[in-house]
Amino acid sequence: MSPAILILLAFGLSLAGWLAARSRAWAFKRANPAQRLASLPGYHGWYVALWVAVPAVVFAVAWSILSPNLVLASVLADPAASALPAFGFERQTILGEARAVATGKAFAVFNPLAQPLIEPFRNALHRYDIIGLLVTLAVALGGGTFGFLRLRPDFNTRTRVERSVMGILLVASLVAVLTTAGIFLSLLFETVRFFGMVSPVDFLTGTHWSPDPMAASADPGNYGAIPLFWGTLYIGAIIAMVVAIPLGLMSAIYLTQYASSSVRKVMKPLLELLAGVPTVVYGYFAALTVAPAVRDFGQAIGIASASSESALAAGLVMGVMIIPFVSSMADDSIAAVPQAMRDGSLAMGATRSETIVKVLIPAALPGIVAGVMLAVSRAIGETMIVVMAAGAAANLSANPFQAMTTVTFQIVAMLTGEGSFDHPATLGAFALGMLLFLVTLTLNFVALRVVKRYREAYE
Amino acid sequence: MNAPLNAAAENVFPEPVAEAKISARNVSVYYGAKQAIDSVSIDIPKNYVTAFIGPSGCGKSTFLRTINRMNDTIAGARVDGEILLDGEDIYRSGMDVVQLRARVGMVFQKPNPFPKTIYENIAYGPRIHGLTTSKSELDGIVESSLQRAGLWDEVKDRLTDSGTALSGGQQQRLCIARAIAVDPEVILMDEPCSALDPIATARIEELIDELRGKFAIVIVTHSMQQAARVSQRTAFFHLGKIVEYGTTSDIFTNPRQERTKDYITGRYG
Repeated sequence: MSPAILILLAFGLSLAGWLAARSRAWAFKRANPAQRLASLPGYHGWYVALWVAVPAVVFAVAWSILSPNLVLASVLADPAASALPAFGFERQTILGEARAVATGKAFAVFNPLAQPLIEPFRNALHRYDIIGLLVTLAVALGGGTFGFLRLRPDFNTRTRVERSVMGILLVASLVAVLTTAGIFLSLLFETVRFFGMVSPVDFLTGTHWSPDPMAASADPGNYGAIPLFWGTLYIGAIIAMVVAIPLGLMSAIYLTQYASSSVRKVMKPLLELLAGVPTVVYGYFAALTVAPAVRDFGQAIGIASASSESALAAGLVMGVMIIPFVSSMADDSIAAVPQAMRDGSLAMGATRSETIVKVLIPAALPGIVAGVMLAVSRAIGETMIVVMAAGAAANLSANPFQAMTTVTFQIVAMLTGEGSFDHPATLGAFALGMLLFLVTLTLNFVALRVVKRYREAYE
Repeated sequence: MNAPLNAAAENVFPEPVAEAKISARNVSVYYGAKQAIDSVSIDIPKNYVTAFIGPSGCGKSTFLRTINRMNDTIAGARVDGEILLDGEDIYRSGMDVVQLRARVGMVFQKPNPFPKTIYENIAYGPRIHGLTTSKSELDGIVESSLQRAGLWDEVKDRLTDSGTALSGGQQQRLCIARAIAVDPEVILMDEPCSALDPIATARIEELIDELRGKFAIVIVTHSMQQAARVSQRTAFFHLGKIVEYGTTSDIFTNPRQERTKDYITGRYG
């Protein structure tokens, strides 16, 4: 039985609990009209409803995690399972096939070893479904009864409901935090496996990158990630920033200091629209329009190695893509500089541009720096543009007309290939992902700290 | 400046000013469709402190800001009439606003030092106007400006600290020093003590008194006691017009207009 059904069941029961508790509260009121209830009848309803729903939902979620393992354990306990190969891919496949037939997703098995396991699977699934359903009901009813029996006219359900509302909100906010932690842990696990095969020293200091998914054993010399880091930094943090910082900053200055409000009303949303364009659209703009133009330009100025995929093409388009990140942060922080600063400078006889350069930008600098950091972290994590326009060759070169590859591109290439999941040519993707994750996390963290300190300075 | 006053202005101008630094003639200010100042004429003398008093919203700050054209920075603001600084219309086309503001300095209601060091705060004006040619000359201006603002002894050992780290009263004196540093002819002060405690206020008032005689000072204030203490001339604004303008002692002891008397005796405002 799917957890969704169990959760729906819990909500149905909690509705019943709500109605019952509310009418109980009305009954208190009717029995003794002189006495005031400590809480409104609705709160009594919510109190019992929460007692029904929360334990039952918690159980249903836990059960959905636990029950597949229980099913598997009882299937493996069956004598027919002793014929299975001990470990590895084949064992997983056979179990998967038997399970698919048992749940009705497939009609027959390919591997004869799976055939005798179908029946045990079906039985175990059925058994644990029933158990799950019964326990959910028991937990819901038990919780509801406990809550219902505690209702008294003077029992203050309002503060208790209020407290559980806080709890529910806390859980909601924890989801994002726990997801981050989960991503980190899953990356960590595979990264450790990868570093068991290729030493971190070779990985972090080697300059040659050509993982071969077909090679029987990993040659650490092929897993030097320096060219990838270089390509990522060159495209995302250098070329893209050379485009995005001046353009973003200048458009922010124009919009906050020079534009009339009607121009601003039109320009600002248009600029922010850039951030909403799907990156794949930028990708083909880069690959089909910008890259050939960059190549022709390179060849025209006599660079014979200019290729049709180049770091410059990808970096230019990426720079345009992140202009809104830089400009909207810069815009906010320039606008947050108190008007009194501006007036003070203007009243000293400074021109508008002197005021901007000497007072507004220095005062807004922390916010601008934070915006740039967020933009860099966005740029180095960007994938589609580099996949389409930067190339696959791991070149360690400063020539922007050459093809270069990035961490994100290699992750895509490694995970979409034919390699198996225990080969370093695939696992390497997790190590790269881990590094990328750590770098962007650090950048975001520092940027947020900078913004926070800056806000404190003016409030 | 001896441009004749119009009849309406004569009515509120009891004695001729020997040396008018600023002469306003029929100045009206509009914010969009709303009129904030209605045909104000006034002569402001050199070497004295002139106070603008009046209830909130009477236009005294708006009028102050027309004198260094700070209203230009407000979208939709429009100024009619003429304001002469040493006989020169500051609203004529081709007037260099930057030069004007170097000659007419301003101190704001809330101290607004730049988030830079104390030294850089003072050096800001001389630098943008190219007043000095050497570092030692600039050091001299910083020191003398801080001396004149009575702040030197308190900050001479920490010129590299941030200007925003000073106390409110010190910040305001820093702003006065900053205004003095470009050697202006007029200093406009828009309620310079309204954000300060009584001790810091007394210090600023002393300072204004010391600076009198070197600059024409125009101060907007909500405090009638302050106007009485620091100014030699007082203009009473009400509903965008000057109701009465005269020597401070006349305005406070012998007001000619009923409305002035009511305001000064605290009947409204």
